[in-house]
Amino acid sequence: MKHIKSTAVPINIENIDTDQIIPARFLKATSREGFGKNLFRDWRFENDDEAQPKKDFPLNDSKWKGRILVGAKNFGCGSSREHAAWAIKDYGFDVVISSFFADIFKNNALNNFLLPVQVSDDFLQKIFDAIETDPNTEIEVNLEHQTIGIPTIGIEEKFDINSYKKTCLINGYDDIDFLLSIRNDIEGFENKRKAVGAA
Amino acid sequence: MGKSLVEKIWDAHVVKTIDGGPSVLYIDRHFIHEVTSPQAFAGLRKRGLPVFRPKQIVATADHNVPTILQHLPIKEELSRQQVDKLVSNCKEFGIELYGLGHPYQGIVHVIGPELGVTQPGMTIVCGDSHTSTHGAFGTIAFGIGTSEVEMVMATQCVLQSKPKLMRINVDGELNPGVLSKDIILYIISKLSASGATGYFVEYAGSTIRGLTMEARMTICNMSIEMGARGGLIAPDEVTFKYLEGREFSPKGKDWDAAVAKWKELYSDQDAKFDSEINIKAEDIQPMITYGTNPGMGIGVDQSIPAEQEITEKEKAGFLKSLQYMGLQAGQPIKGQKVDYVFIGSCTNSRIEDLRLVAGFVRGKKKASNVEVWVVPGSKQVEKAAQEEGIDKIFEEAGFQLRQPGCSACLGMNEDKIPAGKYCISTSNRNFEGRQGPNARTLLASPLTAALAAITGKVEDVREYFN
Ligand code: SF4
Repeated sequence: MKHIKSTAVPINIENIDTDQIIPARFLKATSREGFGKNLFRDWRFENDDEAQPKKDFPLNDSKWKGRILVGAKNFGCGSSREHAAWAIKDYGFDVVISSFFADIFKNNALNNFLLPVQVSDDFLQKIFDAIETDPNTEIEVNLEHQTIGIPTIGIEEKFDINSYKKTCLINGYDDIDFLLSIRNDIEGFENKRKAVGAA
Repeated sequence: MGKSLVEKIWDAHVVKTIDGGPSVLYIDRHFIHEVTSPQAFAGLRKRGLPVFRPKQIVATADHNVPTILQHLPIKEELSRQQVDKLVSNCKEFGIELYGLGHPYQGIVHVIGPELGVTQPGMTIVCGDSHTSTHGAFGTIAFGIGTSEVEMVMATQCVLQSKPKLMRINVDGELNPGVLSKDIILYIISKLSASGATGYFVEYAGSTIRGLTMEARMTICNMSIEMGARGGLIAPDEVTFKYLEGREFSPKGKDWDAAVAKWKELYSDQDAKFDSEINIKAEDIQPMITYGTNPGMGIGVDQSIPAEQEITEKEKAGFLKSLQYMGLQAGQPIKGQKVDYVFIGSCTNSRIEDLRLVAGFVRGKKKASNVEVWVVPGSKQVEKAAQEEGIDKIFEEAGFQLRQPGCSACLGMNEDKIPAGKYCISTSNRNFEGRQGPNARTLLASPLTAALAAITGKVEDVREYFN
């Protein structure tokens, strides 16, 4: 997770909501696996039929491939379904780039070791331009240094991530491990509140 | 310096703050439903963990449930499995379940408030983005993902970074026929579907103060549709009155003590907000959406924006949206024919909504070309509707009064809008495929929807009020 270098798949649409990423009718599963095959289901297939892929949708176009998904502004808005993050990860992406992420999606992504990289509007445009000109363009994401760039055209930008989450991602920790480790603090907090008669 | 309402509640719930990271936030109430909980229970099982505070969790089945013949086994196999799973998980982990057949069953955001489980000053989460609804009671309430559901089950805490704060003041008199749904659709159309991302929004001002609890819930419900993590309103006499005597509200001396504490829940005069927006109530018209995100809304007497009015960047999305909707840039929305009317969802399925619709349609008949579904938000709403004779009014009008659940709000059960059909809906999302593959959703208030049920078209309710 520290360092990813890959070609990317562009979906240059704003406000990609989680209903598009994974439509509600696929939320009936009770496990976390297997959502990738229905990623962007209704944008990918005509009449809900896998035999009728929509030719102009990037996931159906063999020139686009890689572990990085690039979306336009306000990616992941809408429902809190973590299935959206599971579907993207299960399909084979490790990074999503956008100029703006919806809050819940961002948390869900981080909790599934899918790295959301937020870049400036200008930088996002440069990425789209570069990969649309040459689909073999590689994007480099360095989590340790918090940089994202395209070495072949010499562009780079810093991105934000809080240091706690960064450590978790690099070391493969999850939040539950952390919260369990502070159970004493949590119980102490409960007792203190009870003492002052709080709800 | 004074504190805002959000800060007061937030600070009272921080167990610990991690350096350079989020806060550990203690959660008072956790609601769960069948769709976003199974993987969390599986996670606990895998780690060999119990639920830490089962008494602080309330469960219901809502997303998948059929809205007719609820006493029979669910026909659709995967839905049935998911609902059954919730039953067995709740049993295994000791969680109270208001499942199918229970007199308290209903949409999770409808039952929490009506049972008095939702109370001012609390922190509330649910694996569901419309958890913001509970903010109407002066709570910090927000949607979480399934990994976080598991965290709360395991530790009663989540990790959250402190949100930015926005206050939206709405002042003045509303025009006749304009409802709280119109207020929030108007706000979202001004701010856009991402305009409040990263913020908690406090709604304030004389117009908001003048609303009932149910109307306030409609506003807070849709906070997420402009990206906000949550929305809330300071509790007041209206809030206390609503809560008094409800099943899980404090009683006797505890009630008095609780109210005294709740009265301190407001933003201090000198509280600081990162953003503040003022809206005049008289500018708000009955609203309707024409596109595929809730920010794409206009007054019913307005036209869809012309292509020239859209920025270059947004043009592709705008045109894609209109193509999906089968509508033209620049066309007036009034007169647009509809095929389905859906009155329901956690936005507008409470008893006041049903009363309002019934009052309007009494003695009228639905247009012959439309199908009308009214889906109450809970068993209790359904019961009240029957007791008040609202069911008869709907029957005479040719409306179908169905049984409680999320229904056509997201089409996870059989209630789907067929491809290409137009549905005027009181729900909260008009995303592509939300109500069924290729279904076309127009979001509106219960009154605008009721009028469309009668005329078969999008019309202006104000013309019926003057
Ligand atoms: S009614 Fe709709 S928005 Fe509300 S909880 Fe159910 S599916 Fe979600």
